[in-house]
Amino acid sequence: MIGRISRTTAALLVFVVSVFPVYWMVLTAFKPTRDIQSATPTFLPASITFEHFGTAVAARGFFSFWRNSLLVAGGAVVLALLVALLAAFAVARLQWKGRRAFVLMVFIAQMTPWEALLIPIYVIARDTGMLDTLWILTLVYFMMTLPFTIVTLRGFLAAIPVDLEEAAQVDGCSRGQAFRRVVFPLLAPGLLATSLFGFITAWNEFAFANVLIIKDQDDRTLPVWLSSFNNTFGTDWGATMAASTLFMLPVLLIFVVLQGRVTTGIVGGAVKG
Amino acid sequence: MTLLAERPVQATAPAEPRRRKRVVLPYLLIAPTLLATAYLLLYPLARNVIISLQEFGLPQLVRGDAKFVGLANYARVLADPEFWSVVRRTLWFTAINVVLIMVLSTLVALLLVRLGKWLRLLVMGGLVLTWATPIIAATTVFQWLFQSRLGVVNWALVAMGFEEYRDYTWFADGEATFGILVTLIVWQSIPFAALSLYAAMITVPQELYESARIDGAGAWRVFSTITFPMLRAMFGLIACLEVIWVVKAFVQIWVISQGGPGQATTTLPVYAFQVAQSLQRYDLGAAVSMLMVVLLVLALLAYFRQLYRQEREA
Repeated sequence: MIGRISRTTAALLVFVVSVFPVYWMVLTAFKPTRDIQSATPTFLPASITFEHFGTAVAARGFFSFWRNSLLVAGGAVVLALLVALLAAFAVARLQWKGRRAFVLMVFIAQMTPWEALLIPIYVIARDTGMLDTLWILTLVYFMMTLPFTIVTLRGFLAAIPVDLEEAAQVDGCSRGQAFRRVVFPLLAPGLLATSLFGFITAWNEFAFANVLIIKDQDDRTLPVWLSSFNNTFGTDWGATMAASTLFMLPVLLIFVVLQGRVTTGIVGGAVKG
Repeated sequence: MTLLAERPVQATAPAEPRRRKRVVLPYLLIAPTLLATAYLLLYPLARNVIISLQEFGLPQLVRGDAKFVGLANYARVLADPEFWSVVRRTLWFTAINVVLIMVLSTLVALLLVRLGKWLRLLVMGGLVLTWATPIIAATTVFQWLFQSRLGVVNWALVAMGFEEYRDYTWFADGEATFGILVTLIVWQSIPFAALSLYAAMITVPQELYESARIDGAGAWRVFSTITFPMLRAMFGLIACLEVIWVVKAFVQIWVISQGGPGQATTTLPVYAFQVAQSLQRYDLGAAVSMLMVVLLVLALLAYFRQLYRQEREA
Protein backbone atom coordinates (compact mmCIF):
# COMPACT_ATOMS: atom_id res chain seq x y z
CA MET A 1 0.00 0.00 0.00
CA ILE A 2 2.74 2.42 1.01
CA GLY A 3 4.68 1.31 -2.05
CA ARG A 4 1.71 2.11 -4.21
CA ILE A 5 1.20 5.56 -2.77
CA SER A 6 4.86 6.47 -3.16
CA ARG A 7 4.84 5.16 -6.73
CA THR A 8 1.82 7.28 -7.55
CA THR A 9 3.45 10.32 -5.94
CA ALA A 10 6.67 9.73 -7.89
CA ALA A 11 4.71 9.32 -11.12
CA LEU A 12 2.83 12.58 -10.57
CA LEU A 13 6.10 14.34 -9.71
CA VAL A 14 7.73 13.13 -12.94
CA PHE A 15 4.66 14.20 -14.88
CA VAL A 16 4.58 17.68 -13.34
CA VAL A 17 8.32 18.24 -13.84
CA SER A 18 8.16 17.20 -17.48
CA VAL A 19 5.05 19.16 -18.31
CA PHE A 20 5.44 22.30 -16.20
CA PRO A 21 7.77 24.37 -18.45
CA VAL A 22 5.53 23.85 -21.47
CA TYR A 23 2.41 24.44 -19.39
CA TRP A 24 3.89 27.65 -18.03
CA MET A 25 4.76 28.82 -21.54
CA VAL A 26 1.23 28.29 -22.83
CA LEU A 27 -0.35 29.71 -19.67
CA THR A 28 1.79 32.87 -19.83
CA ALA A 29 0.91 33.27 -23.49
CA PHE A 30 -2.79 33.42 -22.62
CA LYS A 31 -2.51 35.46 -19.40
CA PRO A 32 -3.44 39.13 -19.34
CA THR A 33 -0.39 41.32 -18.76
CA ARG A 34 -1.49 42.42 -15.29
CA ASP A 35 -1.62 38.73 -14.20
CA ILE A 36 1.86 38.12 -15.60
CA GLN A 37 3.19 41.08 -13.68
CA SER A 38 1.41 40.39 -10.41
CA ALA A 39 3.65 39.60 -7.44
CA THR A 40 1.92 36.26 -6.81
CA PRO A 41 1.68 34.15 -9.98
CA THR A 42 -1.53 32.28 -10.74
CA PHE A 43 -1.18 28.65 -11.74
CA LEU A 44 -4.58 28.19 -13.32
CA PRO A 45 -6.05 30.28 -16.11
CA ALA A 46 -8.31 32.90 -14.52
CA SER A 47 -9.03 34.99 -17.60
CA ILE A 48 -7.76 34.40 -21.10
CA THR A 49 -6.52 36.90 -23.64
CA PHE A 50 -5.31 36.58 -27.22
CA GLU A 51 -3.57 39.94 -27.04
CA HIS A 52 -0.06 38.43 -26.82
CA PHE A 53 -0.61 36.30 -29.90
CA GLY A 54 -1.69 39.48 -31.67
CA THR A 55 1.55 41.18 -30.62
CA ALA A 56 3.65 38.21 -31.76
CA VAL A 57 1.95 37.94 -35.16
CA ALA A 58 2.18 41.69 -35.69
CA ALA A 59 5.93 41.70 -35.01
CA ARG A 60 8.02 42.83 -37.96
CA GLY A 61 8.83 40.00 -40.35
CA PHE A 62 6.80 37.38 -38.51
CA PHE A 63 5.27 35.93 -41.65
CA SER A 64 8.47 35.98 -43.67
CA PHE A 65 10.21 34.06 -40.86
CA TRP A 66 7.47 31.46 -41.03
CA ARG A 67 7.75 31.30 -44.79
CA ASN A 68 11.54 30.96 -44.61
CA SER A 69 11.36 28.20 -42.01
CA LEU A 70 8.74 26.31 -44.00
CA LEU A 71 10.68 26.69 -47.26
CA VAL A 72 13.96 25.56 -45.78
CA ALA A 73 12.58 22.64 -43.77
CA GLY A 74 10.21 21.53 -46.53
CA GLY A 75 12.87 21.76 -49.23
CA ALA A 76 15.38 19.82 -47.16
CA VAL A 77 12.90 17.06 -46.41
CA VAL A 78 11.75 16.63 -50.01
CA LEU A 79 15.35 16.49 -51.24
CA ALA A 80 16.33 14.03 -48.53
CA LEU A 81 13.35 11.77 -49.28
CA LEU A 82 14.13 11.61 -53.00
CA VAL A 83 17.82 10.91 -52.54
CA ALA A 84 17.29 8.53 -49.62
CA LEU A 85 14.60 6.50 -51.35
CA LEU A 86 17.01 5.62 -54.15
CA ALA A 87 19.81 4.69 -51.77
CA ALA A 88 17.51 2.78 -49.40
CA PHE A 89 16.20 0.75 -52.32
CA ALA A 90 19.72 -0.15 -53.41
CA VAL A 91 20.65 -1.19 -49.88
CA ALA A 92 17.51 -3.12 -48.98
CA ARG A 93 16.74 -4.78 -52.31
CA LEU A 94 19.86 -5.19 -54.40
CA GLN A 95 23.12 -7.02 -53.88
CA TRP A 96 26.28 -5.26 -54.86
CA LYS A 97 29.87 -4.94 -53.91
CA GLY A 98 30.54 -2.26 -51.32
CA ARG A 99 27.08 -2.35 -49.78
CA ARG A 100 28.39 -2.95 -46.29
CA ALA A 101 30.88 -0.12 -46.62
CA PHE A 102 28.11 2.16 -47.84
CA VAL A 103 25.89 1.29 -44.88
CA LEU A 104 28.77 1.94 -42.50
CA MET A 105 29.35 5.30 -44.16
CA VAL A 106 25.70 6.22 -43.62
CA PHE A 107 25.89 5.26 -39.95
CA ILE A 108 28.99 7.35 -39.47
CA ALA A 109 27.46 10.27 -41.36
CA GLN A 110 24.51 10.09 -39.01
CA MET A 111 26.81 10.84 -36.08
CA THR A 112 28.42 13.88 -37.72
CA PRO A 113 29.19 16.55 -35.13
CA TRP A 114 27.69 19.39 -37.14
CA GLU A 115 28.67 21.89 -34.47
CA ALA A 116 32.29 21.34 -35.55
CA LEU A 117 31.50 22.23 -39.17
CA LEU A 118 30.08 25.71 -38.52
CA ILE A 119 33.31 27.47 -39.46
CA PRO A 120 34.16 25.66 -42.75
CA ILE A 121 30.57 25.82 -43.95
CA TYR A 122 30.50 29.54 -43.22
CA VAL A 123 33.71 29.96 -45.22
CA ILE A 124 32.45 27.77 -48.08
CA ALA A 125 29.12 29.61 -48.19
CA ARG A 126 31.00 32.89 -48.38
CA ASP A 127 33.30 31.66 -51.17
CA THR A 128 30.43 30.32 -53.26
CA GLY A 129 28.19 33.35 -52.79
CA MET A 130 25.58 31.31 -50.93
CA LEU A 131 25.95 33.23 -47.70
CA ASP A 132 22.69 34.94 -46.71
CA THR A 133 20.63 32.72 -48.99
CA LEU A 134 18.12 30.10 -47.96
CA TRP A 135 19.77 27.68 -50.41
CA ILE A 136 22.75 26.97 -48.22
CA LEU A 137 20.49 26.33 -45.22
CA THR A 138 18.34 23.95 -47.29
CA LEU A 139 21.45 22.06 -48.38
CA VAL A 140 22.85 21.80 -44.85
CA TYR A 141 19.52 20.60 -43.43
CA PHE A 142 19.18 18.15 -46.30
CA MET A 143 22.54 16.63 -45.42
CA MET A 144 21.68 16.63 -41.70
CA THR A 145 18.54 14.57 -42.27
CA LEU A 146 19.77 12.38 -45.16
CA PRO A 147 21.55 9.59 -43.19
CA PHE A 148 18.66 9.19 -40.77
CA THR A 149 16.22 9.10 -43.69
CA ILE A 150 18.19 6.39 -45.47
CA VAL A 151 18.49 4.24 -42.35
CA THR A 152 14.78 4.47 -41.52
CA LEU A 153 13.53 3.98 -45.06
CA ARG A 154 15.77 0.97 -45.42
CA GLY A 155 14.17 -0.48 -42.30
CA PHE A 156 10.67 0.15 -43.63
CA LEU A 157 11.60 -1.26 -47.05
CA ALA A 158 13.12 -4.40 -45.58
CA ALA A 159 9.89 -5.00 -43.67
CA ILE A 160 7.95 -5.27 -46.95
CA PRO A 161 8.28 -8.83 -48.28
CA VAL A 162 10.11 -9.14 -51.57
CA ASP A 163 7.56 -11.79 -52.59
CA LEU A 164 4.98 -9.05 -53.17
CA GLU A 165 7.21 -7.37 -55.70
CA GLU A 166 8.08 -10.66 -57.36
CA ALA A 167 4.43 -11.62 -57.60
CA ALA A 168 3.72 -8.31 -59.32
CA GLN A 169 6.61 -8.94 -61.69
CA VAL A 170 5.30 -12.40 -62.49
CA ASP A 171 1.97 -10.77 -63.29
CA GLY A 172 3.75 -8.67 -65.88
CA CYS A 173 4.88 -5.52 -64.09
CA SER A 174 8.32 -4.15 -64.76
CA ARG A 175 10.59 -3.70 -61.77
CA GLY A 176 9.78 0.01 -61.69
CA GLN A 177 6.05 -0.61 -61.95
CA ALA A 178 6.19 -3.23 -59.22
CA PHE A 179 7.89 -0.71 -56.97
CA ARG A 180 5.48 2.09 -57.80
CA ARG A 181 2.25 0.10 -57.56
CA VAL A 182 3.01 -2.42 -54.83
CA VAL A 183 5.84 -1.25 -52.62
CA PHE A 184 5.25 2.49 -52.66
CA PRO A 185 1.71 2.38 -51.19
CA LEU A 186 2.94 0.12 -48.41
CA LEU A 187 5.87 2.42 -47.83
CA ALA A 188 3.77 5.59 -47.60
CA PRO A 189 3.31 5.56 -43.80
CA GLY A 190 7.05 5.06 -43.38
CA LEU A 191 7.75 7.92 -45.77
CA LEU A 192 5.40 10.15 -43.81
CA ALA A 193 6.94 9.32 -40.44
CA THR A 194 10.48 9.73 -41.72
CA SER A 195 9.82 13.01 -43.45
CA LEU A 196 8.05 14.47 -40.44
CA PHE A 197 11.00 13.66 -38.20
CA GLY A 198 13.32 15.24 -40.73
CA PHE A 199 11.06 18.25 -40.82
CA ILE A 200 11.30 18.66 -37.05
CA THR A 201 15.12 18.56 -37.19
CA ALA A 202 15.23 21.26 -39.83
CA TRP A 203 12.45 23.33 -38.24
CA ASN A 204 14.31 23.48 -34.91
CA GLU A 205 17.84 24.06 -36.20
CA PHE A 206 19.45 27.19 -34.83
CA ALA A 207 23.26 27.14 -35.04
CA PHE A 208 23.61 27.24 -38.84
CA ALA A 209 20.67 29.56 -39.36
CA ASN A 210 22.33 31.90 -36.89
CA VAL A 211 25.69 31.88 -38.69
CA LEU A 212 24.70 31.71 -42.34
CA ILE A 213 21.99 34.37 -42.46
CA ILE A 214 23.46 37.60 -41.20
CA LYS A 215 23.03 40.51 -43.56
CA ASP A 216 19.33 40.67 -44.24
CA GLN A 217 17.35 40.15 -41.06
CA ASP A 218 14.21 39.38 -43.08
CA ASP A 219 15.85 36.19 -44.36
CA ARG A 220 16.12 34.70 -40.90
CA THR A 221 14.25 31.61 -39.77
CA LEU A 222 11.96 31.29 -36.75
CA PRO A 223 14.48 29.83 -34.25
CA VAL A 224 16.93 32.69 -34.78
CA TRP A 225 14.15 35.25 -34.51
CA LEU A 226 12.85 33.64 -31.34
CA SER A 227 16.30 33.53 -29.77
CA SER A 228 16.52 37.30 -30.12
CA PHE A 229 13.13 37.94 -28.51
CA ASN A 230 14.81 40.51 -26.24
CA ASN A 231 15.33 42.78 -29.23
CA THR A 232 11.81 42.26 -30.51
CA PHE A 233 9.66 42.15 -27.41
CA GLY A 234 11.94 43.52 -24.68
CA THR A 235 10.48 42.30 -21.42
CA ASP A 236 7.06 41.54 -22.86
CA TRP A 237 7.03 37.93 -21.66
CA GLY A 238 3.44 37.35 -22.74
CA ALA A 239 4.31 38.05 -26.38
CA THR A 240 7.56 36.06 -26.12
CA MET A 241 5.73 33.03 -24.78
CA ALA A 242 3.02 33.42 -27.43
CA ALA A 243 5.73 33.40 -30.10
CA SER A 244 7.32 30.29 -28.54
CA THR A 245 3.95 28.57 -28.42
CA LEU A 246 3.31 29.34 -32.09
CA PHE A 247 6.78 28.06 -32.96
CA MET A 248 6.24 24.81 -31.07
CA LEU A 249 2.76 24.21 -32.47
CA PRO A 250 3.73 22.46 -35.76
CA VAL A 251 6.18 20.20 -33.93
CA LEU A 252 3.53 19.26 -31.41
CA LEU A 253 1.02 18.51 -34.16
CA ILE A 254 3.57 16.24 -35.85
CA PHE A 255 4.21 14.40 -32.60
CA VAL A 256 0.47 13.88 -32.10
CA VAL A 257 0.20 12.50 -35.64
CA LEU A 258 3.17 10.21 -35.08
CA GLN A 259 2.54 9.26 -31.49
CA GLY A 260 0.46 6.22 -32.26
CA ARG A 261 3.14 5.03 -34.65
CA VAL A 262 6.01 5.64 -32.25
CA THR A 263 4.27 3.95 -29.32
CA THR A 264 3.21 0.94 -31.35
CA GLY A 265 6.76 0.80 -32.68
CA ILE A 266 8.21 0.65 -29.18
CA VAL A 267 5.59 -1.79 -27.93
CA GLY A 268 5.75 -3.91 -31.08
CA GLY A 269 9.49 -4.22 -30.80
CA ALA A 270 9.34 -4.99 -27.13
CA VAL A 271 6.48 -7.44 -26.71
CA LYS A 272 7.44 -9.91 -29.38
CA GLY A 273 8.28 -13.27 -27.80
CA MET B 1 13.55 6.60 -32.30
CA THR B 2 16.94 6.69 -33.94
CA LEU B 3 18.13 3.96 -31.69
CA LEU B 4 15.25 1.73 -32.63
CA ALA B 5 15.73 2.39 -36.31
CA GLU B 6 19.43 1.70 -36.23
CA ARG B 7 19.24 -2.05 -35.89
CA PRO B 8 20.93 -3.46 -38.95
CA VAL B 9 18.41 -5.13 -41.18
CA GLN B 10 19.21 -8.26 -43.07
CA ALA B 11 18.90 -7.59 -46.75
CA THR B 12 16.38 -9.88 -48.29
CA ALA B 13 17.49 -9.44 -51.86
CA PRO B 14 17.16 -12.67 -53.77
CA ALA B 15 20.11 -14.07 -55.65
CA GLU B 16 19.50 -12.84 -59.14
CA PRO B 17 21.06 -13.78 -62.43
CA ARG B 18 23.96 -11.39 -62.94
CA ARG B 19 23.06 -9.17 -65.79
CA ARG B 20 25.08 -6.10 -66.52
CA LYS B 21 22.20 -3.73 -65.81
CA ARG B 22 21.88 -5.02 -62.24
CA VAL B 23 25.51 -4.31 -61.57
CA VAL B 24 25.28 -0.68 -62.62
CA LEU B 25 21.90 0.11 -61.11
CA PRO B 26 22.84 0.09 -57.40
CA TYR B 27 25.71 2.48 -58.02
CA LEU B 28 23.43 4.81 -59.95
CA LEU B 29 20.99 4.72 -57.05
CA ILE B 30 23.56 5.61 -54.41
CA ALA B 31 25.33 8.19 -56.57
CA PRO B 32 23.25 11.15 -55.32
CA THR B 33 23.91 10.17 -51.70
CA LEU B 34 27.63 9.85 -52.37
CA LEU B 35 27.78 13.19 -54.17
CA ALA B 36 25.88 14.96 -51.41
CA THR B 37 28.02 13.40 -48.70
CA ALA B 38 31.19 14.29 -50.54
CA TYR B 39 30.25 17.93 -51.11
CA LEU B 40 28.29 18.73 -47.96
CA LEU B 41 30.12 16.64 -45.40
CA LEU B 42 33.56 15.46 -46.44
CA TYR B 43 34.49 18.68 -48.18
CA PRO B 44 33.59 20.91 -45.18
CA LEU B 45 35.45 18.52 -42.90
CA ALA B 46 38.52 18.60 -45.15
CA ARG B 47 38.21 22.37 -45.40
CA ASN B 48 38.14 22.56 -41.61
CA VAL B 49 41.38 20.58 -41.44
CA ILE B 50 42.95 22.84 -44.06
CA ILE B 51 41.85 26.06 -42.34
CA SER B 52 43.25 24.73 -39.07
CA LEU B 53 46.64 24.38 -40.81
CA GLN B 54 46.59 27.89 -42.30
CA GLU B 55 46.80 31.42 -41.09
CA PHE B 56 43.16 32.31 -41.64
CA GLY B 57 41.77 35.51 -40.19
CA LEU B 58 39.49 38.20 -41.59
CA PRO B 59 41.97 39.39 -44.29
CA GLN B 60 42.37 35.85 -45.62
CA LEU B 61 38.60 35.36 -45.53
CA VAL B 62 38.14 38.41 -47.73
CA ARG B 63 41.15 38.02 -50.05
CA GLY B 64 41.45 34.25 -49.98
CA ASP B 65 45.26 33.92 -49.99
CA ALA B 66 45.77 31.94 -46.80
CA LYS B 67 49.27 30.63 -46.12
CA PHE B 68 49.98 27.22 -44.63
CA VAL B 69 51.57 27.42 -41.21
CA GLY B 70 51.79 23.75 -40.33
CA LEU B 71 50.68 22.87 -36.84
CA ALA B 72 51.23 26.38 -35.46
CA ASN B 73 47.54 26.87 -34.65
CA TYR B 74 47.37 23.63 -32.73
CA ALA B 75 50.56 24.49 -30.87
CA ARG B 76 49.11 27.85 -29.94
CA VAL B 77 45.78 26.42 -28.80
CA LEU B 78 47.38 23.61 -26.82
CA ALA B 79 49.74 26.05 -25.10
CA ASP B 80 46.86 28.30 -24.06
CA PRO B 81 45.81 27.73 -20.43
CA GLU B 82 42.35 29.03 -21.34
CA PHE B 83 41.89 26.12 -23.74
CA TRP B 84 42.69 23.63 -20.98
CA SER B 85 40.29 25.24 -18.57
CA VAL B 86 37.63 24.98 -21.29
CA VAL B 87 38.47 21.29 -21.76
CA ARG B 88 38.24 20.68 -18.01
CA ARG B 89 34.93 22.52 -17.88
CA THR B 90 33.61 20.50 -20.85
CA LEU B 91 34.54 17.22 -19.16
CA TRP B 92 32.91 18.36 -15.92
CA PHE B 93 29.82 19.53 -17.71
CA THR B 94 29.58 16.24 -19.58
CA ALA B 95 30.16 14.10 -16.50
CA ILE B 96 27.57 15.91 -14.38
CA ASN B 97 24.96 15.88 -17.14
CA VAL B 98 25.45 12.28 -18.20
CA VAL B 99 25.47 10.90 -14.64
CA LEU B 100 22.29 12.82 -13.81
CA ILE B 101 20.63 11.77 -17.07
CA MET B 102 21.48 8.09 -16.62
CA VAL B 103 20.50 7.88 -12.95
CA LEU B 104 17.25 9.80 -13.30
CA SER B 105 16.28 8.02 -16.53
CA THR B 106 16.87 4.64 -14.93
CA LEU B 107 14.67 5.63 -11.98
CA VAL B 108 11.94 6.89 -14.31
CA ALA B 109 12.14 3.71 -16.41
CA LEU B 110 11.96 1.49 -13.31
CA LEU B 111 8.98 3.55 -12.16
CA LEU B 112 7.24 3.16 -15.53
CA VAL B 113 7.60 -0.62 -15.35
CA ARG B 114 5.85 -0.66 -11.99
CA LEU B 115 2.99 1.72 -12.81
CA GLY B 116 -0.55 0.80 -13.72
CA LYS B 117 -1.71 1.41 -17.25
CA TRP B 118 -3.26 4.89 -16.87
CA LEU B 119 -0.57 6.40 -14.72
CA ARG B 120 2.05 4.98 -17.08
CA LEU B 121 0.37 6.51 -20.12
CA LEU B 122 0.16 9.83 -18.26
CA VAL B 123 3.87 9.85 -17.43
CA MET B 124 4.83 8.70 -20.93
CA GLY B 125 2.65 11.44 -22.38
CA GLY B 126 4.48 14.01 -20.25
CA LEU B 127 7.84 12.66 -21.36
CA VAL B 128 6.84 12.78 -25.02
CA LEU B 129 5.73 16.39 -24.58
CA THR B 130 9.15 17.29 -23.17
CA TRP B 131 10.80 15.39 -26.00
CA ALA B 132 8.75 17.31 -28.54
CA THR B 133 9.69 20.71 -27.12
CA PRO B 134 12.06 22.44 -29.57
CA ILE B 135 15.37 23.46 -28.02
CA ILE B 136 14.77 27.12 -28.78
CA ALA B 137 11.31 27.06 -27.19
CA ALA B 138 12.80 25.36 -24.13
CA THR B 139 15.65 27.86 -23.78
CA THR B 140 13.18 30.74 -24.06
CA VAL B 141 10.88 29.25 -21.43
CA PHE B 142 13.77 28.54 -19.06
CA GLN B 143 14.87 32.16 -19.32
CA TRP B 144 11.36 33.14 -18.32
CA LEU B 145 11.18 30.61 -15.47
CA PHE B 146 14.43 31.94 -13.99
CA GLN B 147 13.76 35.65 -14.54
CA SER B 148 14.88 37.75 -11.61
CA ARG B 149 11.78 39.94 -11.18
CA LEU B 150 8.75 37.94 -12.27
CA GLY B 151 10.23 34.47 -12.67
CA VAL B 152 8.22 31.70 -11.06
CA VAL B 153 11.31 29.96 -9.66
CA ASN B 154 12.32 32.93 -7.55
CA TRP B 155 8.75 33.34 -6.41
CA ALA B 156 8.58 29.68 -5.35
CA LEU B 157 11.93 29.88 -3.53
CA VAL B 158 10.90 33.01 -1.65
CA ALA B 159 7.55 31.42 -0.81
CA MET B 160 9.43 28.46 0.66
CA GLY B 161 11.32 30.87 2.90
CA PHE B 162 14.55 31.45 0.98
CA GLU B 163 14.44 35.25 1.21
CA GLU B 164 17.82 35.63 -0.51
CA TYR B 165 16.24 34.60 -3.81
CA ARG B 166 14.02 37.69 -3.97
CA ASP B 167 14.93 39.27 -7.35
CA TYR B 168 17.95 36.99 -7.55
CA THR B 169 19.64 37.36 -10.95
CA TRP B 170 20.49 33.79 -11.93
CA PHE B 171 22.15 34.68 -15.20
CA ALA B 172 24.63 37.10 -13.61
CA ASP B 173 26.24 34.30 -11.61
CA GLY B 174 28.49 31.75 -13.30
CA GLU B 175 27.63 28.77 -11.18
CA ALA B 176 23.91 29.53 -11.20
CA THR B 177 23.91 29.76 -15.00
CA PHE B 178 25.90 26.53 -15.20
CA GLY B 179 23.29 24.89 -12.97
CA ILE B 180 20.41 26.15 -15.10
CA LEU B 181 22.07 24.81 -18.26
CA VAL B 182 22.57 21.42 -16.60
CA THR B 183 18.92 21.40 -15.51
CA LEU B 184 17.79 22.31 -19.01
CA ILE B 185 19.88 19.65 -20.75
CA VAL B 186 18.98 16.93 -18.25
CA TRP B 187 15.30 17.84 -18.52
CA GLN B 188 15.48 17.61 -22.31
CA SER B 189 17.48 14.37 -22.38
CA ILE B 190 15.54 12.23 -19.93
CA PRO B 191 12.59 11.36 -22.20
CA PHE B 192 14.72 9.64 -24.85
CA ALA B 193 16.87 7.77 -22.31
CA ALA B 194 14.01 6.82 -20.00
CA LEU B 195 11.70 5.61 -22.78
CA SER B 196 14.49 3.61 -24.43
CA LEU B 197 15.47 2.01 -21.11
CA TYR B 198 11.82 1.29 -20.35
CA ALA B 199 11.37 -0.38 -23.74
CA ALA B 200 14.44 -2.52 -23.00
CA MET B 201 13.37 -3.36 -19.46
CA ILE B 202 10.05 -4.88 -20.44
CA THR B 203 11.92 -7.38 -22.61
CA VAL B 204 13.49 -8.96 -19.51
CA PRO B 205 11.53 -12.17 -18.81
CA GLN B 206 9.21 -11.75 -15.82
CA GLU B 207 10.08 -15.22 -14.46
CA LEU B 208 13.56 -13.97 -13.57
CA TYR B 209 12.10 -11.24 -11.35
CA GLU B 210 9.62 -13.60 -9.76
CA SER B 211 12.19 -16.22 -8.84
CA ALA B 212 14.47 -13.47 -7.46
CA ARG B 213 11.63 -12.15 -5.34
CA ILE B 214 10.81 -15.62 -4.07
CA ASP B 215 14.44 -15.88 -3.05
CA GLY B 216 13.86 -12.72 -1.03
CA ALA B 217 15.91 -10.27 -3.10
CA GLY B 218 15.22 -6.57 -2.45
CA ALA B 219 14.64 -3.96 -5.17
CA TRP B 220 18.30 -2.88 -5.34
CA ARG B 221 19.48 -6.49 -5.51
CA VAL B 222 17.04 -7.32 -8.29
CA PHE B 223 18.27 -4.34 -10.25
CA SER B 224 21.97 -4.97 -9.72
CA THR B 225 21.87 -8.73 -10.33
CA ILE B 226 19.19 -9.03 -13.03
CA THR B 227 18.08 -5.82 -14.75
CA PHE B 228 21.45 -4.12 -15.12
CA PRO B 229 23.52 -7.15 -16.20
CA MET B 230 20.88 -8.16 -18.75
CA LEU B 231 20.67 -4.69 -20.21
CA ARG B 232 24.32 -3.71 -19.80
CA ALA B 233 24.79 -3.16 -23.53
CA MET B 234 21.68 -0.97 -23.74
CA PHE B 235 22.87 1.16 -20.81
CA GLY B 236 26.27 1.52 -22.46
CA LEU B 237 24.71 2.50 -25.76
CA ILE B 238 22.53 5.21 -24.27
CA ALA B 239 25.36 6.52 -22.08
CA CYS B 240 27.61 6.88 -25.16
CA LEU B 241 24.89 8.71 -27.08
CA GLU B 242 24.31 11.07 -24.17
CA VAL B 243 28.05 11.77 -23.88
CA ILE B 244 28.16 12.69 -27.55
CA TRP B 245 25.08 14.90 -27.32
CA VAL B 246 26.22 16.71 -24.19
CA VAL B 247 29.77 17.37 -25.43
CA LYS B 248 28.46 19.01 -28.56
CA ALA B 249 25.58 20.85 -26.90
CA PHE B 250 25.90 24.30 -28.39
CA VAL B 251 22.53 25.91 -28.94
CA GLN B 252 21.32 25.83 -25.34
CA ILE B 253 24.52 27.42 -24.06
CA TRP B 254 24.87 29.94 -26.86
CA VAL B 255 21.29 31.18 -26.64
CA ILE B 256 21.12 31.40 -22.84
CA SER B 257 24.55 32.68 -21.89
CA GLN B 258 26.87 32.82 -24.94
CA GLY B 259 29.37 31.03 -22.74
CA GLY B 260 29.17 33.64 -19.98
CA PRO B 261 29.02 35.24 -17.56
CA GLY B 262 32.76 35.54 -17.90
CA GLN B 263 33.74 32.14 -19.21
CA ALA B 264 31.64 30.22 -16.69
CA THR B 265 29.68 28.20 -19.26
CA THR B 266 32.13 28.10 -22.17
CA THR B 267 32.44 24.50 -23.34
CA LEU B 268 34.43 23.35 -26.38
CA PRO B 269 31.88 23.99 -29.15
CA VAL B 270 31.05 27.40 -27.67
CA TYR B 271 34.76 28.23 -27.35
CA ALA B 272 35.47 27.25 -30.96
CA PHE B 273 32.65 29.46 -32.13
CA GLN B 274 33.67 32.39 -29.90
CA VAL B 275 37.23 32.28 -31.19
CA ALA B 276 36.10 32.11 -34.80
CA GLN B 277 33.22 34.55 -34.66
CA SER B 278 34.17 37.18 -32.12
CA LEU B 279 37.95 37.18 -32.58
CA GLN B 280 37.66 36.30 -36.28
CA ARG B 281 40.45 33.78 -35.88
CA TYR B 282 38.92 31.10 -38.06
CA ASP B 283 42.17 29.14 -38.01
CA LEU B 284 42.24 28.82 -34.22
CA GLY B 285 38.51 28.11 -34.10
CA ALA B 286 38.95 25.35 -36.68
CA ALA B 287 41.81 23.87 -34.66
CA VAL B 288 39.68 23.85 -31.49
CA SER B 289 36.78 22.21 -33.32
CA MET B 290 39.12 19.56 -34.76
CA LEU B 291 40.31 18.78 -31.24
CA MET B 292 36.65 18.48 -30.21
CA VAL B 293 36.09 16.06 -33.10
CA VAL B 294 38.94 13.91 -31.78
CA LEU B 295 37.25 13.82 -28.38
CA LEU B 296 33.94 12.90 -30.00
CA VAL B 297 35.50 10.19 -32.15
CA LEU B 298 36.73 8.51 -28.99
CA ALA B 299 33.18 8.55 -27.59
CA LEU B 300 31.90 7.39 -30.96
CA LEU B 301 34.25 4.42 -31.07
CA ALA B 302 32.93 3.38 -27.67
CA TYR B 303 29.42 3.79 -29.04
CA PHE B 304 30.06 1.59 -32.08
CA ARG B 305 31.61 -1.04 -29.85
CA GLN B 306 28.47 -1.02 -27.70
CA LEU B 307 26.29 -1.17 -30.81
CA TYR B 308 28.25 -4.18 -32.03
CA ARG B 309 27.98 -5.87 -28.64
CA GLN B 310 24.25 -5.13 -28.50
CA GLU B 311 23.80 -6.74 -31.93
CA ARG B 312 25.69 -9.84 -30.86
CA GLU B 313 23.64 -10.20 -27.69
CA ALA B 314 20.30 -9.55 -29.36
